[in-house]
Amino acid sequence: MSPEKKILTCVTCPKGCEVNVEFEGEEILSISGNACPQGEEYAKEEIVSPMRILPTTVVVKGGILPLVPVKTSKPIPRNLILDCMKEIGKIQVNAPIKLGDIILSDILGTGADIIATRDLPAGESVTYKKRKSH
Amino acid sequence: MIKLYRDIVVIGGGPAGLAAACSAKEEGADKVLILERDFELGGILTQCIHNGFGLHYFKEELTGPEYAHRFIKEVEKQDIEIKLNTMVLEVTLDRKVYVVNSEDGLMEIQAGAIILAMGCRERTRGAIGIPGTRPAGVFTAGTAQRFVNMEGYVPGKEVVILGSGDIGLIMARRMRLEGADVKAVVELLPYTGGLSRNVVQCLEDYDIPLLLKHTVTEIHGKEKLEGITISEVDDKFRPIQGTEKRIDCDTLLLSVGLIPENELSKKVGVELDSVTAGPVVNEGRETSVNGIFACGNVLHVHDLVDFVTKESQMAGQWAAKYVNGKMEKRSNKLTIQVGKNVRYVIPQRIELNDQERKRIPLYMRVTKPLRAVDIVISANDNKLLSFSKPYVKPGEMIDLPLPEKIIEKLDDNSVIQVAILEKEEE
Repeated sequence: MSPEKKILTCVTCPKGCEVNVEFEGEEILSISGNACPQGEEYAKEEIVSPMRILPTTVVVKGGILPLVPVKTSKPIPRNLILDCMKEIGKIQVNAPIKLGDIILSDILGTGADIIATRDLPAGESVTYKKRKSH
Repeated sequence: MIKLYRDIVVIGGGPAGLAAACSAKEEGADKVLILERDFELGGILTQCIHNGFGLHYFKEELTGPEYAHRFIKEVEKQDIEIKLNTMVLEVTLDRKVYVVNSEDGLMEIQAGAIILAMGCRERTRGAIGIPGTRPAGVFTAGTAQRFVNMEGYVPGKEVVILGSGDIGLIMARRMRLEGADVKAVVELLPYTGGLSRNVVQCLEDYDIPLLLKHTVTEIHGKEKLEGITISEVDDKFRPIQGTEKRIDCDTLLLSVGLIPENELSKKVGVELDSVTAGPVVNEGRETSVNGIFACGNVLHVHDLVDFVTKESQMAGQWAAKYVNGKMEKRSNKLTIQVGKNVRYVIPQRIELNDQERKRIPLYMRVTKPLRAVDIVISANDNKLLSFSKPYVKPGEMIDLPLPEKIIEKLDDNSVIQVAILEKEEE
């Protein structure tokens, strides 16, 4: 196998550095263009096993909204995202919910928990459809 | 009619209004009131459930609701008054704010200072004139985002997105995660309008095609959307005959631009900038009307909420100084002018006296993507300073500090020019 070159856009922060990586298989030969050490970490990981935070929603019963936003407590392997979505789709939780509540722990053995990212009080729905029917 | 007095009235309880209210309070304003038309505070952040917020301001990565939560808690802690489900009808030159809600009825609130923080709204199909029938299934991307993330409806199963701004990119991923087949993101320009990181983690991660220099030239379907025709465009954005291609889909999401929501500002006579579509302001974010300030997306559309926060803190601080009689105009008034490759610079003028500050942040956008540039700031045609950047993109706002030491030395009525030059041009 001969060395390959890739220009990656670092997604660690919104600055979006263009990082040049030279690699052979999973071996990193050189990394340049990153403004900070996180860019180097990102580039290594991106070549070997890309990781992502997964933000999505979980169905809620008895809350002012029918959904609560959630995220993984840490990045998970990118190739597990769709499987995680299936797992999260099976869950239903009851209001009230507090920001930071663990909705599901250690999803698919990734070590990441699914945590709520807002407070969701119990109460009558405030969505447009419900309000209209009053 | 109820009549009230408040030192500061903040119109809008999104990220701009929240930060402005907190900073006004910290700066010594007594009675601060936030008026919000939705059922809760947080603004657009509450539907932006994705991560990527807060890296500049909090030095950690948060989702939209988490970012909003921190400021909502701060507002609660600081004893700031909030009126929800409340619509502002009119603002007057003598700073009366007319508002209505179903608890208080019509109210007249006399404000010491007003902070406009109404945000922006989405450009619609009508505004860009897409030909074809008018079936159900065509949504603005932000509306779809609210349906999917907050109201629990997924608008369709086969999706095309027009426009590659951040909302379009984020919604491409979101619809894919909710099980839809996202067939393409179509972009008129030869480059994406969104952050690079979103192109990677929203499109490339899911093999969603990005079709640059393309647009939607027809919409098909009578009751429900059945498909669209896309065409390539030439350098003047005219569709090229013979390049038409049909894509079957039941949903078209439009992410074709955001427009600052300035109806109230226009009515009171605030001077607007034709490029930003927001008010013309000084470095304290005071508009052309004394005592009326503006910040966040109502002033200019931001890409990062972190900058909305910083800008709104400035507006809040200066509004509090205005109310407490501590806002002084400096002896030399300066105007900022845009030069080559610069779309706009905020603020448009510098006129406030502040002994403590060391620099004034200039927020600017480039007109097109460029590599290896120098951002050159000059006054009356003399170069003052320059900053090198490896690349600049229209979707990524540039924040440059203009040192107070340099400003002090400029004569009254000086014109400061900002230009972005490619290195070989110099």
